[in-house]
Amino acid sequence: MALSEKMTINMGPQHPSTHGVLQLILELDGEVVQKATPHIGFLHRGTEKLSEHRTYNQIIPLTDRLDYLAPMSNNLGYCLAVEKLLGITDKIPERANVIRVIMAELTRLKSHLVWLATHALDIGAMTVFLYAFREREVITDIYEKVAGARMTSNYIRIGGVTEDFPDGVEQDIREFSAAMPDLVDMYEGLLTGNKIWQKRTMGVGVITAEDAIDIGLTGPSLRASGVDWDLRRDAPYCGYETYDFDIPVRTEGDTFASYKARLDEMRQCCRIINQALDRLKPGPVHADCPKIVPPAKEDVVNTIEGLIHHFKIITEGFEVEPGEVYVGIEAPKGELGYYIVSDGSPMPYRMKIRPPSFVNLQALPQMVEGLLLADVIAIIGTLDIVLGEIDR
Amino acid sequence: MCDQASVEKLKSRFSSDVQDVAEFRGELTVTVEKSRIVEICTFLRDECGYNFLCDLCGVDYLGQEPRFMVVYNLYNITTKKRLRVKVAVDEKNANVDTVSGVWSTANWPERECWDLMGISFNNHPDLRRILMAADWEGHPLRKDYPVQGPDREPYQGRLS
Repeated sequence: MALSEKMTINMGPQHPSTHGVLQLILELDGEVVQKATPHIGFLHRGTEKLSEHRTYNQIIPLTDRLDYLAPMSNNLGYCLAVEKLLGITDKIPERANVIRVIMAELTRLKSHLVWLATHALDIGAMTVFLYAFREREVITDIYEKVAGARMTSNYIRIGGVTEDFPDGVEQDIREFSAAMPDLVDMYEGLLTGNKIWQKRTMGVGVITAEDAIDIGLTGPSLRASGVDWDLRRDAPYCGYETYDFDIPVRTEGDTFASYKARLDEMRQCCRIINQALDRLKPGPVHADCPKIVPPAKEDVVNTIEGLIHHFKIITEGFEVEPGEVYVGIEAPKGELGYYIVSDGSPMPYRMKIRPPSFVNLQALPQMVEGLLLADVIAIIGTLDIVLGEIDR
Repeated sequence: MCDQASVEKLKSRFSSDVQDVAEFRGELTVTVEKSRIVEICTFLRDECGYNFLCDLCGVDYLGQEPRFMVVYNLYNITTKKRLRVKVAVDEKNANVDTVSGVWSTANWPERECWDLMGISFNNHPDLRRILMAADWEGHPLRKDYPVQGPDREPYQGRLS
């Protein structure tokens, strides 16, 4: 075989480093990648088609299964879009908004911990994997106490959240967010100064700010290229504008920069959670919209109005004014957008999800061109993709 | 959050091609003429600062004429404003010029729109199916495509 012979290899869909069922057709010259063609769709479940045949409340569990590493962010984006469509955004009670912020930030930590664990493992730093999953387990336990499920939470609902925090959870979250910054320092101690880690990430997969905007990168990958854009500050929802936090921006645009940006973001998550916990005052967690929010169980059993509303909401759903909205939130992986068209019926006429990973993955061929095969793994890690939301 | 100024600019530059301007819940939607979409998008990017294409998708209004709408959700990173642009696409002539030359982001969403909605994009660099298998027949997100899939009895509910 001549040394310059080109080789085409198949990476995935069954490959541990593609983070799911991603298939890449790589054209290689020796170890150098000349062209990468992603093939997606192996996990396509037709979420958008299904949502045209479900009432608005029945769609929330479907959103859990998009980015299954950050289910509450998906719930939140969807519910905010429906609330905007209904025009009840300002009726959400303060306590529900604070709970949403706490859970959204815990979700961000949860997602970033899996990213850190798998990214480091792919590159060969195994220790971090074990520590990061240990911490993720704590968040998963909090999820279980709050929502009853460890991954498919279905917790954030139209008009508020399912139920108030159970006793003791506030204390768990407080302890966790107090301990987390030191743990992030520990991860940094294992990686940042490590020469192998630096060689594998610095200067790898560099993308400039102009290219990143042109290709549509969002989230920490975009901020690593020097674009200061975070929807929590630029299009605030759930009262994010009242919290004091920084948005970590790096300028190098490489894998190391996005690693640093995400770790700094984890520290900021803890800051937001601490502020939110201090604001948690007793109060309702459901909006006062009896035709939209299902009534409490006691009301269903004891009052005729409660029974009627319960029956109507469960069997028919609620009607929504015709119109269309687009709502984007800062999910852990970037901008998660929901575009919903309503025709006045209790089911969306059309729902388009803009998953951050789908658009971010598009940048992969451009980023890996001319790099080594091993760098492809590092770049898949840095883009932080989840095939559940790419394929929908 | 409404960017009336850009809409006015757009109207003065492309007066005959702006068919409709609608506002709902503080979001602006501009419906424009299909044949000028690339020019209009280039204008919006260069003159109005809409440098970021958030999303692109098709909507099937079965039974209406024209049947489809292609929707572009734009974002201006500097002014933090959003704008939605729509073009009407009829069923017989279900194609529209690609905007992937304006924003590279459009590449995959346009492929998805072709795959699931059956609207093709002229001059697209790589118009293949993206989510469905390469040999799939039909376009699943069309309203006349059954939710249970082709050649299957509709689900009748539980018998017990």
